[in-house]
Amino acid sequence: MKKLVAVLSIAIVSLIAFQSVTKDEVKEGKKLPTIHLKDMDGNSIVTSEIKNDGNPIVISFWATWCKPCKLELNTIAEEYDDWIEETGVKLVAVSVDDARTTKMVQPVANASGWDYDVWLDVNGDFKRAMGVNFVPHTFLLDGNGNIVWSHNNFVPGDEEELYEEILKLSKK
Amino acid sequence: MKFKFLVPLLLSGAYSFGQNFGPNITGNSETNFQYLNTDTLIGAIQPSEKSTLNSYTNVNYTLKGFRAGVRIESYLPHTLGYPNRFSGTGLGSRYVGYTNKMIDVTVGNFYEQFGSGMIFRSYEARSLGVDNALDGLKVRFNPVPGAEIKAVYGRSRFSFDNGNVINSDGIIRGIDGTIDFSSFYNLLADSKFKLSIGGSFVSKNQKAFHALYNMPENVGSYGGRFDAKYKRFYISGEHVIKEQDPSNDNGYIFNYGHGTYVSAGYSQKGLGIVLSAKSIDNMSFRSDPNALLTDLNINFLPALTKAHTYNLAATLYPYATQPQGEIAFQGDIFYKIKKKTPLGGKYGTTINVNFAIAFAPNRNLGQVDSLQRVMYQTGVFDMSDSLFHRDFNIEIKKKINKKMKIGVKYFNFMFNNDINIVTKEAHGYIESHIGVVDFTYKFNRKHSLRAEVQGLFTKQDRGNWSTVQLEYNVSPSWFVSILDQYNYGHSDPNRRIHYLTASAGYLFGSSRFIVTYGKQREGIFCVGGICRPVPATNGLTLTFTSSF
Repeated sequence: MKKLVAVLSIAIVSLIAFQSVTKDEVKEGKKLPTIHLKDMDGNSIVTSEIKNDGNPIVISFWATWCKPCKLELNTIAEEYDDWIEETGVKLVAVSVDDARTTKMVQPVANASGWDYDVWLDVNGDFKRAMGVNFVPHTFLLDGNGNIVWSHNNFVPGDEEELYEEILKLSKK
Repeated sequence: MKFKFLVPLLLSGAYSFGQNFGPNITGNSETNFQYLNTDTLIGAIQPSEKSTLNSYTNVNYTLKGFRAGVRIESYLPHTLGYPNRFSGTGLGSRYVGYTNKMIDVTVGNFYEQFGSGMIFRSYEARSLGVDNALDGLKVRFNPVPGAEIKAVYGRSRFSFDNGNVINSDGIIRGIDGTIDFSSFYNLLADSKFKLSIGGSFVSKNQKAFHALYNMPENVGSYGGRFDAKYKRFYISGEHVIKEQDPSNDNGYIFNYGHGTYVSAGYSQKGLGIVLSAKSIDNMSFRSDPNALLTDLNINFLPALTKAHTYNLAATLYPYATQPQGEIAFQGDIFYKIKKKTPLGGKYGTTINVNFAIAFAPNRNLGQVDSLQRVMYQTGVFDMSDSLFHRDFNIEIKKKINKKMKIGVKYFNFMFNNDINIVTKEAHGYIESHIGVVDFTYKFNRKHSLRAEVQGLFTKQDRGNWSTVQLEYNVSPSWFVSILDQYNYGHSDPNRRIHYLTASAGYLFGSSRFIVTYGKQREGIFCVGGICRPVPATNGLTLTFTSSF
């Protein structure tokens, strides 16, 4: 077993090392994995196929039982129209509610008046593939679908830091 | 060893495609360290090792359609409150997979769910120590748009013993199909009506032994479901039947089991209504009939109650679903009073009302066939008037101005301690009222303070409790918090204890480092309806999490 762990660790380390060696040549950065989900309206979604006409995309993991997550999405909702107008950004709220609370997702999202796309990650497949430990966890993708920023918390004021990062992308 | 081929495969993949596509490496890591003291007043014990450690790291590699990953876990020993099935350091999970538009194959460890999970769910809840990953094969196949077939075959994870994963003896196999009529031959593509139907079959195989009874080697279960939406309405339902499955959970009877779940709702901007009902009888389904607690569950039976987050509402009298049987109902209303109205105020006010109730099923003992070990007869939604649980709560939240937000909540619980034993100091029904005020003040762009005051009022058990929490946040990197849970109403003045904890955290990038010091009450820790008792602790906890 120890040998196996050693072999795997060497493999992983060399892969990471190799990636940093070729960083200059590789124009593509880290992208979204390919996971099959449904959105709140019952449509099938393939996560890697999301597009926003070359504009930034925010992926925010949340749950109906997560207070800071709802605070983040409500806070951004107040400015969302302005954000879209200024940068063309699109926010996708990915709910990690499982079978116990997934039926609450649509009523909570609609009652709160959100205009976001809402995806349902009922068994945590997308959360696992993105390396999310806890919610809230928010990712920012640039116009080419590369993940350029992420943050694993929300307190009042964090939405301004997120917006500064979005502005940096839209100026390029 | 079998994995030697993985290394050159991964490296060669990286070399050939490095130019344009580049391999993607993602993952996450979590470490929890406790240094514990003995505290006789609250019943906290210092283990002989004095300190404990839980740690794991996931690494996932993807390249075009190919993926592979591992998780390495370490418990030296596991933290207090974690189940005893975790020790040592080693490989906890490994998988290899391939995906394209039509097919997706995974070999090794995987998680999957059929329908709502009532028939089959393999998942992880790492903070609770729940992990019933399957080790085998998973295939997902989309023959035509709108149709999906999933198949699983494997043994389920039982424990992590000295760094080695031990899987169940029993083998689980299952197949599930779904048709979504909106895209299936475009039957409903232009309609506002959306419908999808699904069916599953799951079977476990195990040569179990019992001194008195012939244990069935193969136990099957099957179910069907539908999901319909029309404009702002939805209705969905699922019904599952389990064949004869004598087990420790049901007292080795040969009854069939059923699980039925129905939910309907309406939502529009500013309003959401959800009504749900559940009827469960003899639906505990494990890969080993002698397994207990959270071990080796094949399916997932969530509680039909609100997932509470406030400390006094969530940890003193939490309801856990009764797998042997319950009939439960829940209703929720979410409403946002519009802004700029007299009641709504400048920004609007949100209200959430929730009601949940659960009863024991009615078991007709007149139809017993003891020769066949069929010990009672019951039906779908056939309920008795024996109350398992009742929960009514209301929450109102309002933003007062740019600097202040306030939330006020009230909860009323009727908790049946004989069914769900959470306290040894009371019997029968415990009624409690809980009030919470949650206030946030924003000093400036980066600094804010959150204050929470909670009170639990009951004439039984340990009497009244209060909780006060203050949390100071500096966006985006720091926080400091102090929490005091005080059992001021205990009938014995010596047991009126303050459970005081202080924490501080630092966030950088997508990493988090949190330090907590103080006393934690013995209680129940629940995540999503699955609960685990945790012992009292007094000491220091360090938590580090990171994503990459």
